[in-house]
Amino acid sequence: MKYVDEFRDPDTARKLVQQIQRLTNSIMAQRAEAGNTRPLQLMEFCGGHTHTIFRYGIEQLLPNAIELVHGPGCPVCVLPRGRVDDAVALASRPEVIFTTFGDAMRVPGSKKSLLQAKADGADIRMVYSPLDALKLAKENPEREVIFFALGFETTMPSTALTLLQAERQGITNFSLFCNHITTVPTIEAILGDPDMILDGFLAPGHVSMVIGEAPFQFVAEEFHKPLVITGFEPLDILQSLTMVLMQIHDGRTEVENQYKRVVQKQGNSPGQQAIKTVFEIRDFFELRGLGSVDHSGVRIRDAYARFDAERKFPVAGLTVTDPAGCQCGEVLKGLIRPWQCRQFGEQCIPQTPMGALMVSSEGACAAYYQYSDVQALKIKRHEGSGGKERAFT
Amino acid sequence: MSDVITLAHGSGGKAMEELIRTVFVSTFDNSELTNMEDQARFDLAELQQQGHRLAFTTDSYVVDPLFFPGGDIGKLAVTGTVNDLAMGGAKPLYLSCAFIIEEGLPIDTLKKVVRSMQDTAREAGVSIVTGDTKVVHKGSCDKLFINTAGVGVIAEGVNIRAQGAQVGDAIIINGYLGDHGAAIVDARGDLALQNSIESDCQPLNDLVQTMLAVCPDIHCLRDATRGGLATVLNEFAQASDCCMQVDETKLPIRSEVRGMCEILGLDPLYLANEGKLVAVVPSAAADQLIQTMQNHSAGCHSAIIGHVTATPKRGVLMTTGFGSQRIVDRLVGEQLPRIC
Repeated sequence: MKYVDEFRDPDTARKLVQQIQRLTNSIMAQRAEAGNTRPLQLMEFCGGHTHTIFRYGIEQLLPNAIELVHGPGCPVCVLPRGRVDDAVALASRPEVIFTTFGDAMRVPGSKKSLLQAKADGADIRMVYSPLDALKLAKENPEREVIFFALGFETTMPSTALTLLQAERQGITNFSLFCNHITTVPTIEAILGDPDMILDGFLAPGHVSMVIGEAPFQFVAEEFHKPLVITGFEPLDILQSLTMVLMQIHDGRTEVENQYKRVVQKQGNSPGQQAIKTVFEIRDFFELRGLGSVDHSGVRIRDAYARFDAERKFPVAGLTVTDPAGCQCGEVLKGLIRPWQCRQFGEQCIPQTPMGALMVSSEGACAAYYQYSDVQALKIKRHEGSGGKERAFT
Repeated sequence: MSDVITLAHGSGGKAMEELIRTVFVSTFDNSELTNMEDQARFDLAELQQQGHRLAFTTDSYVVDPLFFPGGDIGKLAVTGTVNDLAMGGAKPLYLSCAFIIEEGLPIDTLKKVVRSMQDTAREAGVSIVTGDTKVVHKGSCDKLFINTAGVGVIAEGVNIRAQGAQVGDAIIINGYLGDHGAAIVDARGDLALQNSIESDCQPLNDLVQTMLAVCPDIHCLRDATRGGLATVLNEFAQASDCCMQVDETKLPIRSEVRGMCEILGLDPLYLANEGKLVAVVPSAAADQLIQTMQNHSAGCHSAIIGHVTATPKRGVLMTTGFGSQRIVDRLVGEQLPRIC
């Protein structure tokens, strides 16, 4: 298939893997001289990257000295339980048609998920775009249509533009339950954590398509980590890893853009403008697994309050902590591997996820569960062995 | 007769009698039905001449929308049950059908569905010999639900079972994967994609009999309906305690279906099919079998997609086009489109 197969070509992959091997050997040799034998920890921020890495078995192709740390960039995973409870409460109102992207349906709240609420009679409908929700509002003027607005900057412009369209068209029975989150404060929180020992970053391609390259400069300048904006095909990931390793090898820390076919340096200014018009930064917002992060969420500006479901209807807004024993935070920071969590494959499985990372198919733990030999990983955990895991051990 | 189904059509009175006579009996048209008895009756000696064991199965059909590119609920209700029989190597003979109809359904819609059932039954060589009609209040079901049950006979010597896979066997599929699942997503119209994916809904009994003529020793056979190829292969691996290894580059998947899956974040391995079988056969017979299948209208794009091994473990392992290997597990819940 055009524009897809080119980015999955095995011959190009082999060449990139060889280059990665050479660079890694050279870096590890440099480090060994300085007495440092710690593996290289590289974080892919985005759930889309995590998904590609597992689907194409990229970890198996990499040298043992590279450890990929799967970051918190899966908006479904980091949706806190309290917000799911609020969504369920809104959706259960008899006058409401609650609309959501498909993969948010399964996220568990403290009592139930939207999927369970739907089974209990709530009118919850899966949509592919906020515009579908707006269309439903027009078709059902006697009902209130709420759109479950989720995601990092990637999905913010479409939410914002839909709200502006609703305003222009004078639609009054449409509102947003806004749970959009911002990338930069989330990365800052990870890098600012004293436990973190990351050597480099693969930055989210689609977020960058909206916000551009500039917001990531602080990673290179303040935290002195190499960062490469990365696309979502397997060759994108391998090429970006090569670029990060070259920076480490050369002692550079820069923001580089591997995903040039999509991401422009300045980002998408109409998209940025729409975000600015509609949203303002919240003082803090909870991210599941990471806890409360300053300035990590946005809310709807006062000028558009009539489109804000949180102001149109009572919303409890309670914080519900993750169950005891949940080690998502440690996994997100790369301190332990997903399968080293005590709950992995025990209490926490995709059917009944305990923690954030088992929730969506893009979550690191769900990906390990889906694509690995779970029993073998569990045995390995009980034996207390560390290091790199393979699909079949 | 009124234009729409009303509760009177399910009440046992005149309206129901007229509906049964003018819609069902006249369309399905066979002696068992025209007798208007409460049950179909078969001569055991006649059945015995056709086979060695009786196969019996049932399935219910609740697809939305009722009509979709490449098929409709009626065609599905016949092919689904015919195929369930065929996967045991049985020759399907007779079907029952039960309709649960939401009041308000246009009678023309029902007639169209019933005609489609009869066309498909004729194509598959089976008779629809007994039935039932219920009408429920508006909102109690979605337009029309159909249940069919079927009986067929299995010839002596045919021994197809999920436990039958052996190390070295070849894994075969009879054509493009995921067409039905993709056509249904498309027909729901939520995506406004412009493409022409049609459901693969088709009876497979004739193809299976043709396969058995060339290779009587088919080890495993199942149609890859809900849960797709991935689910069937996992069932075989589990039952036969072996590793099913497939090669991604050998999987026949239309580029339109791949494209839709890329957009939605779906995996074609889990998409439903309604006219695809997965066969595990002795490797020595595989090439000749594929040739025979490719000459059959239900198997033009048949392909060998992998083979059975003892190691590394019980399960399904796929070599990706990218050159790596990954486990293909069973699905958790239904596939849901991704946010971004």
